[in-house]
Order: sequence, then structure tokens, then C-alpha cells
Amino acid sequence: MAGEKTVETTGLLGWVDRRFPLTATWKAHLSEYYAPKNFNFWYFFGSLALLVLVLQIVTGIFLVMHYKPDAERAFQSVEYIMREVPWGWLIRYMHSTGASMFFVVVYLHMLRGLFYGSYRKPRELVWIFGVAIFLCLMGEAFFGYLLPWGQMSYWGAQVIVNLFSAIPFIGPELSLWIRGDYVVSDATLNRFFSFHVIAIPLVLIGLVAAHIVALHEVGSNNPDGIEIKEKKDRHGRPLDGIPFHPFYSVHDIMGVAGFLIVFAAIVFFAPEMGGYFLEYNNFIPADPLKTPPHIAPVWYFTPFYSMLRATTDEFTWVLAGAALLAAIALFVKGNLKGLWRIAVPAALVLVAVLLRTIDAKFWGVVAMGGAVVILFFLPWLDHSPVKSIRYRPGWHKWLYGIFIVNFLILGYLGTQAPNDIFNLMSQIGTVIYLAFFLLMPVWSRLGTFKPVPDRVTFHAH
Amino acid sequence: MIKKLLGAFALMLAGTAVLAAEVGYPLERAPERVNDLTALQNGAKLFVNYCLNCHSANSMRYNKLTEIGLTDDQIRDNLLFTGEKVGDLMTVAMKPADAKRWLGTAPPDLSVIARAKSINAGPSGADYIYTYMRTFYRDASKHTGWNNLVFPNVGMPHVLWERQGPRELTAVTVHEVEGKGWERQTVTYDAQGYASVETQPLEGHELHASTDYRFKALDPAQAAQYDRDVADLTAFMSWMAEPVQLQRKQLGVWVLLFLGLFLVIAWRLNAAFWKHVK
Repeated sequence: MAGEKTVETTGLLGWVDRRFPLTATWKAHLSEYYAPKNFNFWYFFGSLALLVLVLQIVTGIFLVMHYKPDAERAFQSVEYIMREVPWGWLIRYMHSTGASMFFVVVYLHMLRGLFYGSYRKPRELVWIFGVAIFLCLMGEAFFGYLLPWGQMSYWGAQVIVNLFSAIPFIGPELSLWIRGDYVVSDATLNRFFSFHVIAIPLVLIGLVAAHIVALHEVGSNNPDGIEIKEKKDRHGRPLDGIPFHPFYSVHDIMGVAGFLIVFAAIVFFAPEMGGYFLEYNNFIPADPLKTPPHIAPVWYFTPFYSMLRATTDEFTWVLAGAALLAAIALFVKGNLKGLWRIAVPAALVLVAVLLRTIDAKFWGVVAMGGAVVILFFLPWLDHSPVKSIRYRPGWHKWLYGIFIVNFLILGYLGTQAPNDIFNLMSQIGTVIYLAFFLLMPVWSRLGTFKPVPDRVTFHAH
Repeated sequence: MIKKLLGAFALMLAGTAVLAAEVGYPLERAPERVNDLTALQNGAKLFVNYCLNCHSANSMRYNKLTEIGLTDDQIRDNLLFTGEKVGDLMTVAMKPADAKRWLGTAPPDLSVIARAKSINAGPSGADYIYTYMRTFYRDASKHTGWNNLVFPNVGMPHVLWERQGPRELTAVTVHEVEGKGWERQTVTYDAQGYASVETQPLEGHELHASTDYRFKALDPAQAAQYDRDVADLTAFMSWMAEPVQLQRKQLGVWVLLFLGLFLVIAWRLNAAFWKHVK
């Protein structure tokens, strides 16, 4: 037959394969996708993130069947789901626990990337798609959190949307445009519902597909940070690789079982998780006339919220001083060429001036947003000669340790009502967070690196 | 740079140890009775008879009470006063505008109040209700004639006062007055709510500011019975905040047992596949 492809498969599968790359896709992404055989515990969280995404979508579909995106009825409809919809309570708790657990696995997944240099060449796009997924996830969580229409939903949204009003010139109109009203109201609830159930999930799924396609194009990194494609057998298969299916599919099922135990323990025995997964204040219906004494976002936003609150008028002096120091350092000792040698320090001086002329509230928003956006640049900030933390100098490990503990402390501070000590701590924490990334081009190449082996470290089971 | 970072970091760790001081009246632990059907039924009776006059429980249907062992007939005969159907929601006839005029604020819906009043990693909403309902005192200076230690200047009068019987409150405050030094102030609210104040200057060092409240029930037996009733009412309100909580935990045990078994199988399956990987 003219134009028909020759394929190895027969029967129905052959019929399909002549028209659609079914077997070819299966092979390319699963049965003949070679993954390094030295994956460790940290490599569970990618597949777990995918699992939670599916859980959120499926439970979300059922919640939308019963939820009413209406300021008058939203709160009541959630309680209706909890009490009268058959198994509604389980679906709802799975969705609310899933939201928090999504961030748990994604934070651990990102930390893995940080440890083993998974963002380094040639995986820059894998990382960038990943950071974009993280941004989408933050948006998804923020929009979704308004929907139960409790006090924390309402005032959290009020605070965050108000942040946009800090942007010079267009701010007030912009926040009005986002809300669709002068305060968070029914109009806001309806558009947030739309973003939460369709707009962001569509983008999210597209980005997840791009993340995986990009990953499978360049191949997975591993705890040793070695390119397994550099050592192949005579069939062209990586010597340190192993087909993803069945070896990592069975491995990931084990991870899924372990994860589901934790997940189910929360859903069935502590769905509120001490007020951190389901905030107690959110069991009070939204009241536009009664501002709660203490407004805090859900735990997964609190590190960034701390950085927002840390940026006071005094703190902009510190940031402006840092920008000036950086300008001087780059001008005197930097290895920028030609016009850049003038332009970059000049831009930094301009930033320093603006830091003291524009309202600190705006810079708080910049600090909070910048703390996430800076992750996009990680592949170009890290100048270390090795990828994996395993072969870095010992004190690099300490820096990572400080970075992690600092992030946790910022998270804790974000849940607390502000006071002088906590504000100072948040400011120090913000400096540590930003310095970790901004000074990375300097510190990441310092120290004595260990020799990287030719082949991955693997001990047979 | 490393040393500086470590120094700053040490400062942060030290600061974390400083905990924000708790304010307000310390909450007592409510007895655990959500498993006790008799307590829940007594609580339901008290709730419908006293609370529902001003508060609603909009997420609760009367016939949800069948889950704590009551029959539709019992509910219809004993708990439905306004001739509604057993499938109706526990709404309230009082209009919010009237409530505002009479009490200063509209009484909140109580469906999930036991969850709403919990504090992160702290006392539960049940503890709040249990303590709140037992710290009303007569205060003639308030327009309802009542005041409360957990919720000072609350708009709600002590609806269950007949069940608790008369009580006196003694509040002993040790504090420093500017220019006068330390003193102990004893305020006694008698059973009619009239306050008498006694002030006594204190000598000595290492004095700490403190406030100590003591209730004296004029009929201790009745007050003790009231405490048991409030424990039942609290249990009912905790149950009402999440009626599925008992089934949730029961089901959870089976789910975890299944997942534990699944983990063992998944672990052995994984080991079987990886056995030959060198």
C-alpha cells in the first residue's frame, strides 16, 4: 500500500502504529528511555508531583460538581460537600491535603535539583519549565484558596491583590482590574474560580508536558552529576543507564505507596494538620467588615511572605547599600567587557537610587517576586566546575544547609504575627536568601573540588 | 563572608527561641466525649433548647442527629419546636438587624465554631467553648448584666445561668502602679454583679505581675452538674463541626492497613526487578 509506514508490530497495535507513533512513544519515553541506575530517595518526588497533580485534577472535577462560586453560597457549599455529598468529605480533604502536599513534594523536587546541579547545561530548559510550573502552582494555590470564602481566604486575597497597588503609576488601577471591584467580592470570587479550574490548570499541564519532553530529550541527571550518555555499550545504550520501564516504574510505585501512607495519615487523622493545611480562621465565613487581627498565608507561601514583610523603609537602605557595593565591585574587579563595564554598575546605582525614592511596599513586592524569579537564572549563576554536591568542597554543603534552614525559618516567621525581633530575623533571612543566589557566581567556583568519577556510584541491591 | 553568614544565622536561631507571649485567659482542656452517644444526645438537647434561640447552625439538618442515636420521632417530638420538618436546617428566626439592636452584634453561626476557635498547634475550639461557657460572671456594669473572662465584654448574656446557679468571682491582680510601687488589687463580683475593690500595697523584691481568678459557687452541687452539662454541650458542638470525624478515623485505620500491605508488595516487587541489576 502506498504511503503506509512499515512497522514491527502486527494486528491492532500494528494498525495503530502505522497511523500514530504509539509503540515509538512508549519506547522513547518508557521502555527504552535510559535513566541512570543510581537514582536515590530524592528521585521519588518528580513522579510523586505528577501523582499529586492527577489527584488534584480528579478530586477537583468532583468538587466543582458541588461547589457554588457565589459569595453568598460558597462557604455553605463547602460545608454541604463536607456533610451531605456522599464521600464529599474525603474528596475535599484529599484536595486540601493535596494542595499542601503538592508543595511539599515540589519543594523537595527542587531541592534535589539544587543538590545535584540538575539545572546545569544541557538541562537549563528542564529547570526553566520547572520554575514556570512552580509559579503556576503558586498562582493555582492562591486562586484556589479564595474559593472556600472563609475569613483567611478573603483577607489573604485582599492583602495579596493590594500588593499590586504598590506598583508605581499603574498600581491602583491594576489591583482594581484584578479584583473587578473595589474590594474582594463576588466578582473576584468568580474570576478566581475561573482561573483556578481552567486557566492555570491548562497552562500547568502544558508546562508539565514540556518539562518531561525536555527532560527526555537531554536525559536525566543523577546524584553523581555525570552524563551517562558519554559511556555507551556497542548497542549505543548508556552503560550506567537502565530502561525506565520496568525498573523505575516499579521503583516509583514503591515511592507512591510510601507517599500515600503519609497522605492518608493526614487525610484521615489530621486533615487540618494543626491549622497549617486547613487554617482554623477559615472556618469563619468571609466578612468584609471584620479584619482578622493576624493575617498569614498558608505555610507554603510564608517564606516569601516573610521577605515581603522584611522589606521596610529601613531595610531598603541595606538593599541600596548592597546595590552600590555590587556596582563598585563590578566596576573595579568585575570582568565585564566594553560598554557593559559601565552600563551594569550604572544600572545598579540607578537601582540603589530608586530603592530610596519609590515606596518600600513596592520593593517588598519586588523582593517577594524576585525571590522566585531569581530561580530562573540559576543555570547561569552556578559557576562550579562540578554539578553534584557530592564533589563540591565541604563548606559548600554548609552553605546549602544554611540556605535550607534559613528558608524554613523564613517560613516559620511568615506564620507568626510580626514583632521587632522577628522582623530583624526576617531581614537577615532575606539577605541570606538573596545573597545565596546573587553571590553564587563568586562562591560556587571557590574551594577545592573533588575529582568526579567516570562512572556512577552504584551498589547492587 | 562565611563567618558573617554563620554569625547572622546563629542570631536567627537564637531569636527563634523567643516565643510570642500568650495573652488572654488560659483555656481549660475540655473532656473528650465526642465518642459518647449519651453525652452527645444531652449536648444536642441543650444546644437546641438554649443556643438555637439566637444562634443558627445553618450547615446542620435536624435529622443529622440520627447519627448520634436519635430517631426521627424523638427529634420531631423533643427537638423541633417550630413545627419544621426533620430534614430542615437549624436556622434561626431572629433577623440579623434585630440581633444587632438587641445584642450589639449578630450571633455567629455555630455549625463549625468548634473548628474555627481552635488555635494553631494550641488549644482546640472545644477547649475554648468549654472554658468560655464556664467563665461567665455577673457584672452589673454591663447592659446584659453579664461579662466573661475568655471573651471580655461579650455581647452574649449567660443563657444557661439558671443551670449553673449563683457564683461570685474574685480577681486578684498584682501589678506595679507608676509612682506608687507594687500593689495587690482584689476585685470581688458578688452574685448580683456588684464589684467591690480592695487595694493593698506590696513590699519586697522579685514581684511578678499576675492575675488570678477564682469562682465561688454558692450551690457547688448545681455548679458541678453544670460543668458536666457544658462538657456534653462542648462534645456535641465538636461533633457538629465535623459529623463525619468518627467514621473518618475508623476508615483511616483500614486504609492505612491496606497501604502498609501495598508498600510491602511494592517493595518486594521492586527488589525482584532490581536483583539482577549490577
